[in-house]
Amino acid sequence: MKRFSGFNLIGEAFRSHQGWPEHWPDKAPKASYDAIIVGAGGHGLGAAYYLAKKYGITNVAVIEKGWLGGGNTGRNTTIIRSNYLYDESAHLYDHAVKLWDGLSQELNYNIMYSKRGVLMLAHNVHDVQSFKRHIHANRLNGVDNEWLTAEECQAYCPPLDISPNARHPVLGGALQRRGGTARHDSVAWGYARAAAALGVDIIQNCAVTGIRRGADGAIEGVETERGFIASKRVGVSAAGSTSLVMKMAGLDFPLESYPLQALVSEPVKPIFPCVVMSNTVHAYMSQSDKGELVIGAGTDQYTSYSQRGAFHIVEHTLAAICEIFPIFTRMRMLRTWGGIVDVTPDRSPVLGKTPVKGLYVNCGWGTGGFKATPGAGDLLAYTMAHDEPHKINAPYNLDRFRNGRLIDEAAAAAVAH
Amino acid sequence: MLLIHCPYCEEARPEVEFVYGGEAHIARPLDPSTYSDAEWEEFLYIRSNPRGRHHERWRHTHGCGRFFNAVRDTVTDVFETTYKAGEPRK
Amino acid sequence: MSGFRLADGGRVDRRTKRSFTFDGKAQWGYAGDSLASALLAQGQMLFGRSFKYHRPRGILGAGVEEPNALVTVDRGPGRVTPNLRAPSVPIYDGLHATSQNRFPSLKTDLLAVNNVFSAFFPAGFYNKTFMWPRGAWEKVYEPIIRRLAGLGDSPKTRDPDHYDATYAHCETLIVGAGPAGVAAALDAAAGGGRVILIDEQEEIGGGALSDPAQWGWLAEASAKLAAAGNVTVLSRTTAIGHYHQNFVVAAERLTDHLSLAEAEGPREKLWRIRAGEVVLAMGAIERPLVFEGNDVPGVMLASAARTFALRYGVAVGRKLVVMAVHDSGWRDALALQEAGVNIAAIVDLRRDIDPALAEAARAARIGCYTGYAVTKVTGRQAVTGVKIALDGVAKEQSLECDAVLMAGGWTPTVHLWSHAKGTLRWDEAWGAYLPDKSHENLRCVGACAVAWDFGSGLAIGALPAAKPLHESKAFVDFQNDVKARDIGLAVQEGFRSIEHIKRYTTNGMATDQGKTSNLNGLQIASDVLAKPVTEIGLTTFRPPYTPQSFGAMLGHHKEALFQPLRKTGIDDWAERKGAVYENVAQWRRARYFPLIGEDMDAAVARECLGVRSAVGIFDASTLGKIEVVGPDAAEFLNRMYTNPWKSLEPGRCRYGLLLGEHGFIIDDGVSARLAPDRFHLTTTTGGAARVLGMMEDYLQTEWSDLDVWLTSTTEQWAVIALQGPKAREVIAPLMEGIDLSAEAFPHMAVREGHICGVETRLFRVSFTGELGFEVNVPAQHGRMVWEAIWAEGQKHGVVPYGTETMHVLRAEKGFIIVGQDTDGTVTPDDAGLGWAVGKKKPDFVGKRSLARPDIVATGRKQLVGLLTDDPQAVLEEGAQIVADPNQPVPMTMIGHVTSSYHSATLGRSIAMALVAGGRDRMGETLHVPMPGGVISAKVVAPMFYDAEGSRLNG
Repeated sequence: MKRFSGFNLIGEAFRSHQGWPEHWPDKAPKASYDAIIVGAGGHGLGAAYYLAKKYGITNVAVIEKGWLGGGNTGRNTTIIRSNYLYDESAHLYDHAVKLWDGLSQELNYNIMYSKRGVLMLAHNVHDVQSFKRHIHANRLNGVDNEWLTAEECQAYCPPLDISPNARHPVLGGALQRRGGTARHDSVAWGYARAAAALGVDIIQNCAVTGIRRGADGAIEGVETERGFIASKRVGVSAAGSTSLVMKMAGLDFPLESYPLQALVSEPVKPIFPCVVMSNTVHAYMSQSDKGELVIGAGTDQYTSYSQRGAFHIVEHTLAAICEIFPIFTRMRMLRTWGGIVDVTPDRSPVLGKTPVKGLYVNCGWGTGGFKATPGAGDLLAYTMAHDEPHKINAPYNLDRFRNGRLIDEAAAAAVAH
Repeated sequence: MLLIHCPYCEEARPEVEFVYGGEAHIARPLDPSTYSDAEWEEFLYIRSNPRGRHHERWRHTHGCGRFFNAVRDTVTDVFETTYKAGEPRK
Repeated sequence: MSGFRLADGGRVDRRTKRSFTFDGKAQWGYAGDSLASALLAQGQMLFGRSFKYHRPRGILGAGVEEPNALVTVDRGPGRVTPNLRAPSVPIYDGLHATSQNRFPSLKTDLLAVNNVFSAFFPAGFYNKTFMWPRGAWEKVYEPIIRRLAGLGDSPKTRDPDHYDATYAHCETLIVGAGPAGVAAALDAAAGGGRVILIDEQEEIGGGALSDPAQWGWLAEASAKLAAAGNVTVLSRTTAIGHYHQNFVVAAERLTDHLSLAEAEGPREKLWRIRAGEVVLAMGAIERPLVFEGNDVPGVMLASAARTFALRYGVAVGRKLVVMAVHDSGWRDALALQEAGVNIAAIVDLRRDIDPALAEAARAARIGCYTGYAVTKVTGRQAVTGVKIALDGVAKEQSLECDAVLMAGGWTPTVHLWSHAKGTLRWDEAWGAYLPDKSHENLRCVGACAVAWDFGSGLAIGALPAAKPLHESKAFVDFQNDVKARDIGLAVQEGFRSIEHIKRYTTNGMATDQGKTSNLNGLQIASDVLAKPVTEIGLTTFRPPYTPQSFGAMLGHHKEALFQPLRKTGIDDWAERKGAVYENVAQWRRARYFPLIGEDMDAAVARECLGVRSAVGIFDASTLGKIEVVGPDAAEFLNRMYTNPWKSLEPGRCRYGLLLGEHGFIIDDGVSARLAPDRFHLTTTTGGAARVLGMMEDYLQTEWSDLDVWLTSTTEQWAVIALQGPKAREVIAPLMEGIDLSAEAFPHMAVREGHICGVETRLFRVSFTGELGFEVNVPAQHGRMVWEAIWAEGQKHGVVPYGTETMHVLRAEKGFIIVGQDTDGTVTPDDAGLGWAVGKKKPDFVGKRSLARPDIVATGRKQLVGLLTDDPQAVLEEGAQIVADPNQPVPMTMIGHVTSSYHSATLGRSIAMALVAGGRDRMGETLHVPMPGGVISAKVVAPMFYDAEGSRLNG
């Protein structure tokens, strides 16, 4: 792996950049591996990287039905934060945020993690109570999250309208300063490059067609478009397609896949310094380094794998954005797109072992998986290496749907009374 | 915006008149107390989530108010058919 | 200065001059000119600076494909729009346009220094650097990059314009009003169905507008369409996208082409069109060619030069060279020459040229260089000439010229076809993806269906050149400064899928979304990888077809119309009394009624004492209400709610607790049995619709054997709560037909009668712990009855109170608020409401879940009361509770404060909390670590006032 640095960049400039090697070689599958990851998104590539880097398992393949980073990794609005309420969630997401910090240096790849701050707006008394609860819990968990008054919110994000006569007036906000954004594609590419350098095979255009289990029920490997690949450890990190892969192993999963849309505006000079989220108005937005306003829209109400959503979702989203940021009505929408998000009944992920020996799963991240990328990768790798979950992901088991020990952040935000 | 044929109103109406009701033909047991934890989990949470034909419930909330069933292809989102609640699975 | 106005020709109105400014300088054009044509006519060739290297750029195209000439149009305060394409901006008197992304001026852009160092900024450079020192990315590098990036400036003040929206239905929708679209519209119109024809340009005609020979036909066809009663023609309207089942969304620009004085009404209008059949007649876009210097101002598409000359009467130069690989370049050259534009030469890589074209060119005295390619364009801010070479590699020779036209073939516009998930097939001859199959009732006609004769040509991306790819400065994506060598670098670095190449190089990701760059990028990648195009893939077309304003998307949905604000019939009474409001779900509710000089705490304390000592009046109309009627009504409620309902006698009320099937509390409310077959249910304010929906679900799909009807009556009843020891005295004089005595009308009873002459359902209930009544009257009489009670109450010292006081009073009694003291993870037992669960009932919604292992486990969080050691310390709602305040972070939290107030009645603070194993901790001291210090509190039962309930039974 040729090291990336400003120095090498200048050096290469003098020979027209002809010396840069491939980020990752395009590998054909070997007959067997010590571990296979199904799904080359940020999570799966991260898992492969950490298996090789931290847990000493380098004979690893990541197999991907399309091109790496082409699923939700490359389609999300890149928000990073960890100010979740429950201990389980705060520990999970903060594990990721700690890994985000310094990830560029670790991977020798600028993934552009930018701590621009994530500001969540409170619009009614109930929001205020709920956010204060988060802030207090975060403080005692060592997760930064602070309360801002409406005026402080506007000072932090000048385009914000805080007029008390607004339909949903801003009463204040919860700010996580370590929250922010990163460059989604770079995350996938950075992990892929670093994993490949450690010996991981990245195999694209290789859809899984079956999961082979032995007489004892344990995993023996995966059938793919390019033949059978043996391994006693298979980790599935396939987002919206997870339930399809699990079905191949004979497992029914508590998952449903929904379309989620997002959109960007045309690029403009810097106008929007942070990430703002409003659950009450249903809007969230940031501005990319390129200058586009990056806007998350909602999910459609029905399950679908079509990677496209309905237009009225876009209408509602932009109405919500302009309700909070009225100066943007003349900005122009450049591109909308859709992804498929896999959602569990409590909207928290499943990350750990499955009833099938040697089969591990990382799924159910819903609309919030990007922020967890390094953490999910690391914890999936840990679980596969030890055949036991790490204490951080232990609560994210499948048993919770049987015993009722749900981790329901959305329910905790509750509803207005 | 999907166009959905309500089998009660016998008319195709825009999606915003309807509320999605999840997977169809998952009947609540007559006596849940006889269900094991595993069976109850399956009733509550396990869904088929297929790529392709999906049996699902819709309610014509801003119309007749009735629940009905539909078969929709989850890859194209095209409705194959809709039928009244209580009719056998199509 | 090279462009000029031709002596005649074009569709502009030469009798009407328009004046405008560009970069502050006065300019003029004719009515009908675009900003691009008017400026070209004045000799302006430089229009913008590129995104990354700040290279000088001119006009490339004459339509929406234009990547370079982006301008900001300023129509006055709040009416600033960045990033508009000069060829698509019609001029009007008073137009102020400025160029973008340059400092200090378009001509002298200091940031063009980036171009000097461009070797250091190849594709993906930012992934390779800016990582040291750690932490410098967001403090140093990123702010600089962000300032350099972006195009125009965002609007900075509120937009005074408004936007319209509508729905439309038709049998046939035609997108694109070129010759094929117009013909399709005439056809469809003859069929008698409703027809909508939409086109993005200022007038219909499409390509025919650039071909005077078709103007006669076009005028006739336009007249026919106008005369047809069943055709709606929408020009200046862009079809944004195709959605499920032939739902096409289009945005119409209503006023941007008019001067401010003429502009009236909404700025834009969104059309949401459902069509039986959609006909796409979106034409094709000419492809540029990739060669050294192809971005120098003055190098443009041949079709664009043709449009400027024949539609606008403007020559784009005095001496032009055409670089063609396609017959259409020859045809355009001939048409231009005939219109009076001097074509010096046609250079064509092909040796075999249609003899008729070659002969015509010779006859027109145009020099022909067949087998040649342009190898370089000379000039920096304007073209001074080209170098050409046989096959692009032989010895170069120079040609003088001041503009270069590129004819690289045609790309059918299949955007909407792709939005509809129509499949595409690669066509080698066209060098493009063409429409194949669709599951919608959708078809393509004209050029986008390749049913248009542009002639034939080569399908290539880059012209052959002697220079190796990695040294060339030939551009593929003009706006994003993507060169052919960047695509080569991406492939070299292992990016093989076109999606990867696109994302790594940003090819096709600019505001034109690759309309001129995608296929050239694909061809170049195919050449570098030595793989057929079809193996590299195709990037996905996504709506919108061209950028569209947010305003058009939101239409009327802003401010008060963003979301309805629900108000009760008594709301304006409260407003007049100076109420401070809070929003609860979609409602606004009076939170408290401050007297002059009072803050919330003072007002709430006064209101609380008023209720406890005399009587208070409260608008409870927002409570959800459902009328449950039918022979099986009691059985139905018995199955829905946790507690038994069948035994409830008519005339009595009961507190109902509703769980989800997961076993957690989702709603509650007091409901009354009015008759054996009739119940009046109440729900929480926010829960009304959800509860009704859930009940309908069970009734229709699980228990359809039950004979029950459910009706939402939330807005049918105004609800006036009278609470306090004098409540009975206040309403007694107004009430007819109801015996209010404690014996005849006990707590938790309901009576029907009349108040102030209107029917009432009178509940004797209390959410305060005092003697209380809730007066339900038909909503239209609510205000009248309220005023009557208010007037009567004056004799008894009645106080109006709001939700905040209601919250304090109920907390003093330990009554929960669902959503505040519960949070979707709380079971009845957790909330201390085990008594409300019918133990003998075989089943109710959620019952089975209450038997799950974690729900019956010990140590669950339970609702308790907290009394702070310092009686004046009020805990913060949401504050976390620990057993050991001295432990290090992360601390083990055992619960949180759900409700907390200063109780004026008790002269101290009170709180409710969910605490792990809370009911076993009675008397224990727990701790609430706050930033300012730890607050200690004792666990008590959640009941702070009148535990025996003597007051509410009074």
